[in-house]
Amino acid sequence: MTTLVIAEHNTVKLNDATAKTVTAAVKIGGDVHVLVIGSGVDAVAEAASKIDGVAKVIVADDAIYAQPLAENFAALVVGLAGSYDAIVSPATTIGKNFMPRVAALLDVAQISEIQGVVSADTFERPIYAGNAVQTVKSTDAKKVITVRTTAFAAASQGGSAAIEKIAAGDQPGLSEWVSENLTKSDRPELTSAKIIISGGRGMQSGDNFHMLDSIADKLGAAVGASRAAVDAGFVPNDYQVGQTGKVVAPELYIAVGISGAIQHLAGMKDSKVIVAINKDEEAPIFQVADFGLVADLFTAVPELDAELGKLGL
Amino acid sequence: MKVIVPIKRVVDYNVKIRVKSDQAGVDLANVKMSMNPFDEIAIEEAVRLKEAGKVTEVIAVSIGAAQATETIRTALAMGADRGILVKTDEAVEPINVAKILKAIIDAEKPDLAILGKQAIDDDCNQTGQMLAALLGWPQGTFASKVEFDGDKLLLTREIDGGLQTLKLNIPAVITTDLRLNEPRYASLPNIMKAKKKPIDEKTPEDFGVTIKNHLEVLKVTEPPVRSAGIKVESVEQLVAKLKEAGVIG
Repeated sequence: MTTLVIAEHNTVKLNDATAKTVTAAVKIGGDVHVLVIGSGVDAVAEAASKIDGVAKVIVADDAIYAQPLAENFAALVVGLAGSYDAIVSPATTIGKNFMPRVAALLDVAQISEIQGVVSADTFERPIYAGNAVQTVKSTDAKKVITVRTTAFAAASQGGSAAIEKIAAGDQPGLSEWVSENLTKSDRPELTSAKIIISGGRGMQSGDNFHMLDSIADKLGAAVGASRAAVDAGFVPNDYQVGQTGKVVAPELYIAVGISGAIQHLAGMKDSKVIVAINKDEEAPIFQVADFGLVADLFTAVPELDAELGKLGL
Repeated sequence: MKVIVPIKRVVDYNVKIRVKSDQAGVDLANVKMSMNPFDEIAIEEAVRLKEAGKVTEVIAVSIGAAQATETIRTALAMGADRGILVKTDEAVEPINVAKILKAIIDAEKPDLAILGKQAIDDDCNQTGQMLAALLGWPQGTFASKVEFDGDKLLLTREIDGGLQTLKLNIPAVITTDLRLNEPRYASLPNIMKAKKKPIDEKTPEDFGVTIKNHLEVLKVTEPPVRSAGIKVESVEQLVAKLKEAGVIG
């Protein structure tokens, strides 16, 4: 049995989600190949070849893949599917976009966002915003799977897989990339950050989020937000942690002025250590917090900033 | 231009679901059901396109039990023109939903299909993409803005880290993200009017689709419960605890 993992990258750098997806693929069993789709992606292919457990890296390097269009990606992957028993991608916005297209063209189901591998054909996945876990057995000969990467540790480095170049697939010509507007930040991305500090409605304004920035800079943390803070217009939507935003599982999650709605908890409850700062001691966030501080955030946050400063951070 | 909007009846998003003790699934008895929130956004977008004069007809389709008629009525009250109920008591997997929708689209020949990006019950996030694949149409998933540019669509999408804009040929499949619009509440006169709008009742067999399930649900369980930790008295104590836990410094 052989599994194909689709690499996630930004042309210059392999995303950590890839090594986590390899871990899931290794659990499924058999050989693991990694497919890098892109344009000018030698460095990415090189990085993929060093992931432990990868037997081969396949590279489709072509100008048509400079942007990840679902139609083009799906056409390529479907063309390669004959040699594989399972096709696996991280459940990023890229993977979520093209993978169901692959499944439909192969006339199989997709198993979305698996968080556990029970056996080669049986998987655990969250439903109802993570309020229940479904164990499903696939009867398809070929499996198409996306992986919730926060549920798997990254495979270690040390491999030296062969790299093989392949020709580009069809270009259906149905869509074209126009532009991209990525939030510029020197901080780590939410989904890969080791520490996250998030603000909720209690922050009261977008300006007040700058208090969190200062702490984030000291800790090398990403800044996130609850849906309430996003809906109130304090911060852009890509800050959103929760079922309808990003699902994260950092080493440390600091929730500031967040009450802890089900939809937010679904996005962060797998964090290793959770800190909650809220003036309402009844707030549900305290039920999942390892360390809760009942305090006015406008006093506590500057104090925390100062304490961290004392540590020389 | 005609638009088709598939909608799903799901457990209301405010309901705290309960897993059945025999692990057979989630308890749906006497639970409030509503239209999937992302599908409401899809209906709203289609109705706005009609109000802007870009679209002439909005068709709401639901696949499910007889009660899905209520969900279609809600869509009609929001402004959809007519409904199609594909009646089945079975749980229909996204790939099968996509096949039924393809058959409806082959018959109705709409120019756009607007779907919610995912249903909040099974959280699959597949149907729109699968439908686009089966039709050979382009897809604009997780849309936060939809505009026309001549005979093409200019579609802005929510992606990891920001926004992306694509130009799509029409016909196309669009799936909605939260930011696309804020769905309206149906007014009482519109709710009354919706009662007179037509709903066709069909079965999957009418569209030549035999439902073959690809997945077997072995069990549904509660997620592991995270227990509350301790309350700290001061920021100083908090920082000390975090150092102790080895997560800072």
